[in-house]
Amino acid sequence: MSKIRKKLIGKGDVRVDGRKPGDLRPIKIEIGLLERADGSAYIEFGKNKILAAVYGPREVYPRHLSLYNRALIRCRYHMAPFSVEERKSPAPSRRETELSKVIRDALEPAIFCELYPRTVIDIFIEVLQADGGTRCASIAVASLALADAGIPMKDLVAACAAGKVDGLLVLDLDDVEDKEGEADLPVAYIPQMEAVTLLQMDGSLTRDEFEEALKLAVDGCKRIYALLKEALRGRYLAAGNVVREEVKKINGGGS
Amino acid sequence: MLFVKSRQLVIPGDLLAKGDYAAGENVYKERGGFYASKVGLVNFENQVIHVIAVEGVYLPSANDLVVGKVVSVGLSEWVVDINSPYSGVLFVSQTSRRSFDSRKDNLMDILDVGDVIVANVLEFDRTRDPRITIQGHELGKVTSGYVVKVTPTKIPRLIGKRGSMIKLIKSRTGCQITVGQNGFILVRGKRVEDEALAVEVIRMIERDAHTSGLTNKVGEFIEKARRNDW
Amino acid sequence: MEDSSEIISNIERKRILELLSQGKRLDGRGLKDYREIKVERGFVETAAGSALVSIGGTKVATGVKVEVGEPYPDRPEDGALVVNAELTPLASPTFEPGPPDEYSIELARVVDRGIRESKMIDLEKLCLVPGKKVLVVFVDVYVLGQCGNLFDASELASVLALMDAKMVNYVVGKGGEVKAKDKRVPLPVINYPVSVTMARIGGDFAVDPSLDEETVADARITVTTDKDGNICAVQKGGVGVFSMDEIMEAVDIAVEKSQELRRDVLGV
Repeated sequence: MSKIRKKLIGKGDVRVDGRKPGDLRPIKIEIGLLERADGSAYIEFGKNKILAAVYGPREVYPRHLSLYNRALIRCRYHMAPFSVEERKSPAPSRRETELSKVIRDALEPAIFCELYPRTVIDIFIEVLQADGGTRCASIAVASLALADAGIPMKDLVAACAAGKVDGLLVLDLDDVEDKEGEADLPVAYIPQMEAVTLLQMDGSLTRDEFEEALKLAVDGCKRIYALLKEALRGRYLAAGNVVREEVKKINGGGS
Repeated sequence: MLFVKSRQLVIPGDLLAKGDYAAGENVYKERGGFYASKVGLVNFENQVIHVIAVEGVYLPSANDLVVGKVVSVGLSEWVVDINSPYSGVLFVSQTSRRSFDSRKDNLMDILDVGDVIVANVLEFDRTRDPRITIQGHELGKVTSGYVVKVTPTKIPRLIGKRGSMIKLIKSRTGCQITVGQNGFILVRGKRVEDEALAVEVIRMIERDAHTSGLTNKVGEFIEKARRNDW
Repeated sequence: MEDSSEIISNIERKRILELLSQGKRLDGRGLKDYREIKVERGFVETAAGSALVSIGGTKVATGVKVEVGEPYPDRPEDGALVVNAELTPLASPTFEPGPPDEYSIELARVVDRGIRESKMIDLEKLCLVPGKKVLVVFVDVYVLGQCGNLFDASELASVLALMDAKMVNYVVGKGGEVKAKDKRVPLPVINYPVSVTMARIGGDFAVDPSLDEETVADARITVTTDKDGNICAVQKGGVGVFSMDEIMEAVDIAVEKSQELRRDVLGV
């Protein structure tokens, strides 16, 4: 018996979770919550719950990995076994290995690595609950953890995915939309440099659809970027060291 | 043209100014604009724009006074944790030992793993680890006291203008306080309670370093603590 | 000890010992006091049950998953319990990514022992088709912050996650096939183990050791009791030694403190 595929876009272009095509999921941010880490941050992006910790710059072990003229950047993206519906084995999967690399490639251009030769900056990301778009949320929370650690950066890196679902171009796909939709295009962007640092795509899009989706994703990145800055500002302006930043939904006129 | 005010909190990537300025600490220039590279407070010194960062590692500088902890013993040198990605190296020739014969003498008898020292940085250029020395007045092994760790970027605030803040803490708590540029601060007092009070004050300054009216807050804090004590 | 690569300064070691001889600790606690314990129950929806526990700066997240699997050959009519612990590299500058090492395996096995030996879960009730299909309860302990006493934080997080777990209701059809029904049901929980860990420093026991205390201590002991105060698991760690009197002293402290934890944190 063939599986009857659920409709993902309803009347009036409403998505499964009630969002409009250009809406981002709600975001909550907490910064500096891990005592031992040099920098740390936690993000809730829709149902995604992701924690990032930064250690460094620090001495490199094993020594032979050390670079004589700059800091080595290491990144580890990992999902907890209980983060997805069917328990995932704790051992790193091929997907986690690939994501660790593309996330590092997205963040590294923003870091002033030459300031710390012969050291390593370690970025550790742990996904506690996943619901589509974890690599984009991971880049955002890692940016915050890097800033929290006082790592010198050109800018924060923000990331967002656009895609095609039931023929419609939408922003910020959740897990169902990613799995059942026609295309998914995650993008990371550094606003100050006007530079794209992560770009992946799977699915099928015409050339014009691709261009439109890319613009949509970059626009999403800019909106998320504003939230990340707000969260960092709030952490230092409010009393106390850890501020649970309740960020209001920023979906005013998006469509 | 300036886009921020003095002492405004800035985030990496924030545009600070455009025009005839110079990039100071934690500021970089790109395409004619000056941008912050760390979270911190903007500061203008003539035409130089600095950002006083709220967080950051310690990078050794020649002549810095540092407090460190011995972490390993070699054949003719010790490796010292100075709260930096670059560990300090102390050669036996930089101690007050007149002669050292590696066949008879043992480095561990002079300094062992876990020992705390007050040292001076001799030189550092990032291509190799910094050399440090304990030859000198008030340098050497520490036998008592408490070491509190603060973010190195807050050290200037802790010391205060011409040392005013640190003098205030010393006089009101009766403690000897050695402030390492590397963020390790050695507190030595007659009573454990005095040391604990000094440590509390230091932690408070670290937490509120970016706020104003700190000198008054510190004074009030010590007053209140003293009243509860007596 | 855990984090043996952390080197504590000699003057701090001296300070800790001086204070302990006066019944005091660096952070002002009494010898038998726990640091502030914070709990967030059900923090992930993708798990059947979950809990995030903080004791001071120590943070442990535990998620419980229940799946259909095969029974252990020597226990064909019991469900299975699998406890796994990860010392994530987020938790400490000294934790490296990689397969579980002896510290994370010891942690997992001690947490497992507490749950299994107290018979917290009635494993017989998790049998679906004897010898062929049973329910397997996975307890994944994720250490996110190491500031001392991972044992108690992990045990509390695991017990809370199991207490709250809601699993799919599996029923066995006439032909022996396993079907999943919509309604969610709790695990068959019949006991509530609580572990109490103390470091032995000099001649004193410090309950809920902080990271510095763990580094200075020459030995530690974890005693796990069930709801009736029976001892169901004990683990000695470190290279120091205990006299029989010291062991009984630790057991008595554990029985006393576990009652408080059971009441205040577990709410039973």
